[in-house]
Amino acid sequence: MMYFSRLKTWTVLGVCLAGLLLCVPNIAPSPAGWIPWRTIHLGLDLRGGSYLLLEVDMNTVMKERLDSLGDGARQALRRAGVQRFVVSVQQPQRRLAVRVSDDGKQDAAMAALRELATTAAPGQRADLEFSTLPDGQIAITLSPLALKERAASAVAQSIEIVRRRIDGSGVTEPVIARQGDSRIIVQLPGIEDPNRIKELLGKTARMTFRLTDETANVTGAPPPGVDFLPLEGKGNQKVAVRRRVEVDGGNLTDARAGQNSQNGEWVVNFTFDQLGTRRFAEISRANVGHPFAIVLDDKVISAPVIREPITGGKGQISGSFTAASATDLAVLLRAGALPAPLTVVEERSVGPELGADAIRAGAIALAVGFVLVMVFMALFYGLFGWFANLALVVNLVMLAGVMSLLEATLTLPGMAGILLTLGMAVDANILVNERIREEVRNGRSPLNAMEVGFQRAFSTIIDSNATAFLSHVMLFAFGAGPVRGFAITITVGIATSMFTATMLARLFMVRWYISTRPTSLPV
Amino acid sequence: MFIRPLLRMAPDNLNFHYMRGRILGLAVSAVLSLASVGLFFYPGLSLGIDFAGGIIMEVRTPAAADIAAIRAELHAQGLRAEGVQRFGEENSVAIRLEAQPTEAATQKVVSKVRAAVEKAQPGTRVVRTDAVGASVSAELFRDGMYALGFSMLMILFYIWFRFEWQFAVGAVVTLLLDVTKAIGFLAITRLDFDLVMVGAILTILGYSTNDKVVVYDRMRENLRKYKTMPLRELIDLSINETLSRTLGTSMTVFLASLPLALFGGSTLSGFAWVMLFGIVVGTSSSIFIAAPILLFLGENRLRRDTKEAVVKPAE
Repeated sequence: MMYFSRLKTWTVLGVCLAGLLLCVPNIAPSPAGWIPWRTIHLGLDLRGGSYLLLEVDMNTVMKERLDSLGDGARQALRRAGVQRFVVSVQQPQRRLAVRVSDDGKQDAAMAALRELATTAAPGQRADLEFSTLPDGQIAITLSPLALKERAASAVAQSIEIVRRRIDGSGVTEPVIARQGDSRIIVQLPGIEDPNRIKELLGKTARMTFRLTDETANVTGAPPPGVDFLPLEGKGNQKVAVRRRVEVDGGNLTDARAGQNSQNGEWVVNFTFDQLGTRRFAEISRANVGHPFAIVLDDKVISAPVIREPITGGKGQISGSFTAASATDLAVLLRAGALPAPLTVVEERSVGPELGADAIRAGAIALAVGFVLVMVFMALFYGLFGWFANLALVVNLVMLAGVMSLLEATLTLPGMAGILLTLGMAVDANILVNERIREEVRNGRSPLNAMEVGFQRAFSTIIDSNATAFLSHVMLFAFGAGPVRGFAITITVGIATSMFTATMLARLFMVRWYISTRPTSLPV
Repeated sequence: MFIRPLLRMAPDNLNFHYMRGRILGLAVSAVLSLASVGLFFYPGLSLGIDFAGGIIMEVRTPAAADIAAIRAELHAQGLRAEGVQRFGEENSVAIRLEAQPTEAATQKVVSKVRAAVEKAQPGTRVVRTDAVGASVSAELFRDGMYALGFSMLMILFYIWFRFEWQFAVGAVVTLLLDVTKAIGFLAITRLDFDLVMVGAILTILGYSTNDKVVVYDRMRENLRKYKTMPLRELIDLSINETLSRTLGTSMTVFLASLPLALFGGSTLSGFAWVMLFGIVVGTSSSIFIAAPILLFLGENRLRRDTKEAVVKPAE
């Protein structure tokens, strides 16, 4: 144990140097793009910012799928010549129930409905299961697998749109990631009040252009195919809007906030893509003199009258906008619609000054703890204690180096983790020193005592660190948020301390022994 | 101080008979743990919002905080605040509200509180918001318990793998006793039990195991060395031999946690106090609990089939 070959010596020193070099990116800017420049990230609890956990509403995803399946079923049945039928959505059972009342058309209806499954995306397994219910209705059930796939794609799509919306809002360095099956994590550094972002994300922002029904009486029950939707900013006023979507917000290529040159009112200018331009031209040509409705999330934001055919693919939405609301609507329209509503299920935001306070408190505690541990080691273990202290400093550097390499996040509990790591790291040195001392008392020569001391203490060091390591790996696996920062500093700290306490401190002792050749050990 | 050590944790050639106090040690520990279990059920733990769900907002007022005004304004908004308290400094107030039935309601309440504090004392800033919905808190709690449970299992299997089963059972029973006491401590101090506390308890677990492993390691070594020594004497000898180290390590971890408890700030001081408590409990349980359990379990077994126990390789 006490023999260090030249290679081994240089390897140990090389590893320490590498740890030091890995820390450099944290204090210096990157000199060139090709050098990997990894740094420790500060958690939001330390730098200030907001953390939002969003949940994609899977019920809506399923409902929309069932609704569109219902439309498809009705069309298919009509095409097959079935006249009397009722299609109902049974959401809890994830299915559509179809009652066919035409005699002898059951088989034809079933055959027509089966077509629905084969028209699903090619290459996928059939996403529908067909069966006949006891009361003779045909049940079309969404298969759980297909539903899961749809949910996964809804989450992926939502993440993309959340990213675009947040980028459009001007927040710098946001982190947007998926969590679990239906959740999205959004981290917004430096945003103390996430209200505006929450509002941006809280809207599905599905914009549709539809025709209105001028004959309908909005006080009564809506006629089939027509919805009574509230007019934004006009209290209880409702507009009779046809369900049929003429042009969808998905056909927009651009949307910008601007001011009307005549009255200075805030407006949103938009541009359609090719398909949208063509569709909008057709509709406006056929409906000159009639109003149409611009509907956003089941609210009519504007219902202007078409004065002349609009063929240029450009349009303007005016309503009761302010500068901010026009800008936000433009961001929403550019980013596109969410496939399902998002709800905020967890929110944590910390102001920058509170973060700064936390850093200060953590740093003071860290410094005081560090000094206390070092003084203790010096008082109780003398020279060997100082070797341990030196190894402890290197351990701190290596911990920072490895965390930079992993691009780990330092949180407030993480700072506590560093401190505990320091307290526990010297445990290995204490074990070794006590053992050496014992061996000296048993009458061994200095070199022999050191040799045997290290050897015997080694398996104990492994055992005791392994258990601590395992329990913190569990915490990392199951924990969430800042407490994972705690788990990561401790696990990394245990690993680096094993190296510094057994290899580096041993190297110091060997070099000291070779240069002084003591007749007795200072233990 | 620079070359020779100035102080010793325990005198050399210490010859103290810990096993004489084994019944007392176990009895005291059992009573404390039972009391802790009782405290767990009544009055129970004060769950932090990680686990209970709810809202905590910390606000800073421009001048000294007018708590009554904030309370009145919250009340006027129809909000039932569980607590409105001064938090550290004069102008700092913590507002806690209980979990709302739905996620959307939680978000509404957050906006309402923001508006209310601004109205009560214009210029007030919300410096921290933690809002955890019911579904998330239930999951966080479940995951926290998983982390605790799986850690215990890992420790059990590791020690089982490395030592004889008597050691593993001894260690895990002792850990259970340690953890229940930590929970009792949380119940008495009314510190919020949240994810960070789970971290603290896990650290205590890891640390306490570490302590037991060191003592057990020495016992195993001595079992090989002194083949005829009665187990009881052998355990006493092993504890005496490792006492300096046990106390030394406890001291360093204690010294590292102390500044956190004293000036680590509100989030960390609770954590650190639990750590300090756990260190004291963990250290004493290594000596007075883990060792006696081993003595009971191994009295005849670890001695009788010495061959098997001894020959089992260490690595």
